[in-house]
Amino acid sequence: MSAAPTPSISTPAGVEAPHPAVLEVSGLRTHFHTRDGVVKAVDGVSLSLERGETLGLVGESGCGKSVTALSIMRLIPPATGRIVAGSIRFDDTELLTLRPAAMRAIRGNRISMIFQEPMSSLNPVMRVGRQIAESIALHQNLPRRAALDRAVEMLTLVKIPEPRRRADEYPHQLSGGMRQRVMIAIAMACAPTILIADEPTTALDVTIQAQILDLMLEMKERTGAAVMLITHDLGVIAETAQRVIVMYAGRKVEEAPVKALFAHPRHPYTRGLLTSIPRLNRAAADSAQSQRLTEIAGVVPSLIGAVEGCTFAPRCPYASEQCRVAFPPEIEAAPGHIVACWNADKLPEMVRA
Amino acid sequence: MTAATATSAIAATPIAREGFVAFVRRHPTVAIGGLLLILIVVASIAAPWLGTVDPISINPAQRLRNPSAENWFGTDRFGRDLYSRVIYGGRVSLIVGLSVAVLATVIGLAIGLVSGYLRAVDAVVMRVMDGMMAIPAIMLAIALIALSKASIFIVIVAVTLPEVPRVVRLVRSIVLTLREQPYIEAATAIGTSVPRILLRHLLPNALPPLIVQATYICASAVLIEAALSFLGAGTPPEIPSWGNIMAEARPYFQLKPWMVLLPGVFLAVTVLAINLVGDGLRDMLDPRLARRM
Repeated sequence: MSAAPTPSISTPAGVEAPHPAVLEVSGLRTHFHTRDGVVKAVDGVSLSLERGETLGLVGESGCGKSVTALSIMRLIPPATGRIVAGSIRFDDTELLTLRPAAMRAIRGNRISMIFQEPMSSLNPVMRVGRQIAESIALHQNLPRRAALDRAVEMLTLVKIPEPRRRADEYPHQLSGGMRQRVMIAIAMACAPTILIADEPTTALDVTIQAQILDLMLEMKERTGAAVMLITHDLGVIAETAQRVIVMYAGRKVEEAPVKALFAHPRHPYTRGLLTSIPRLNRAAADSAQSQRLTEIAGVVPSLIGAVEGCTFAPRCPYASEQCRVAFPPEIEAAPGHIVACWNADKLPEMVRA
Repeated sequence: MTAATATSAIAATPIAREGFVAFVRRHPTVAIGGLLLILIVVASIAAPWLGTVDPISINPAQRLRNPSAENWFGTDRFGRDLYSRVIYGGRVSLIVGLSVAVLATVIGLAIGLVSGYLRAVDAVVMRVMDGMMAIPAIMLAIALIALSKASIFIVIVAVTLPEVPRVVRLVRSIVLTLREQPYIEAATAIGTSVPRILLRHLLPNALPPLIVQATYICASAVLIEAALSFLGAGTPPEIPSWGNIMAEARPYFQLKPWMVLLPGVFLAVTVLAINLVGDGLRDMLDPRLARRM
């Protein structure tokens, strides 16, 4: 408490960074209107993405990760959801006020997205090659034939054997891993500046997951795209991301370079996530005593209505009086390490105790 | 769901691969219905070369003859050759059936796609459709023909109008299901525009059930045309159609029943053939249904 950390508006590492941020999200609030009330799926999230970096976005289901991604793409279903506040700046363009036609020119071209479900994200009645060609023809004004040739090239790049034959096949003739490769081909076809991957490996077989991640990173290197990787798998984050943002109940609770986050998690929720990962070496070391994994008690709270204090307080073993009164401000605890917790500096001692 | 839709997409390819005999064995209804339909269509088109005479040339000396080697189905009360009239009459039925099926499907498809995808349009359009559905085809046709002069075109319009809402409802319900599919979201995410999503992504997925619906519309249009002609509100009397041949023969039914029955048989077989094709296509395009039956 003595150090009185200055509450900073989150432009993390923005000052020191050699490259300017390609994407600046600030104060994003996306709410959904349902019969039960207003769901504040994203409630004041700020983040920035630098050119060429990989940013991990983690949290349990229902923490607002996907909604953040969809907000950036402006794909929130208009019937129920709405971005009520905030700004999303992409390369000096404010996306939230962009006309639909201009937004379409950005989608799939400069910002593209890979979805979680490769099984249903491809149109079942369209040949795979044509689906890749669609994005190319749309954004690069290529004639059909040239776009199809490019599509076959993309299939080669994503390492699909016999790309020319596969391009003429329908999605159901491909395996799940191959379909996700096709999704990557579609996403990368126009060499986007930003690739948003929403749990790209969750629906895949474990043996395929690593291949798909490697492929994604390889494609990212090839095009120099910045990647925003949404996942609840911290192992994936550790292997791929440079920076991590931890989200909880529609808010950012911690943001740090990946090493710092794993070494010194400053938010109790992050700590909880980390201790709930099974570890081979640890299991071997003290298998006798603790067979059970640590879990975070409780579930993500309903995001309907106003929450008094910190949203994590009800599940937090270290919650104090202050936590139940007001949501903690985001403080920069170390360079580039931002945390929203009243007890962030005391956490190490509290854990030891 | 996805697997089933996907299979329907390639339903066309196995035909070429497995050969004609295997196709007939696997889909007997389509084969039988298709064969009958082809026979009727060919007969109508090739009517002048099938031993017919001018179907409207009057020969009062030869009135109401029984079937003979010269007049296979006999003659009517003006001495016109009944066989020629029945064969030529098929043209009207098929033209009306096909035109109505195509028109109703195309119009209904366009309205249904837009209405299903854009919610603002939906509320208004569907109420209009409800209103249109309330109009009986035969009443509408009689009213239209009372206003103008009888022609095949008017019959087509009158039969098409009440069929459109049925197609709209079908297409709309399909679109409402499909629009929630992740691949539609994925298509939006690559910057695809609304018209393109409708035509390239939604339309092909909606096509199989729509084709089936079109065959039913075709069959019902053939029947309604016959009914209208029978009532004298359809095809003008100078053009032979199965409906007006039967209407003209009605007074002689007890003496010469074949005058009514023969065109009736042609009508029934045509409608049966179209329905068989429709049923068969439905089973073919929806593998889940076929297995259950």
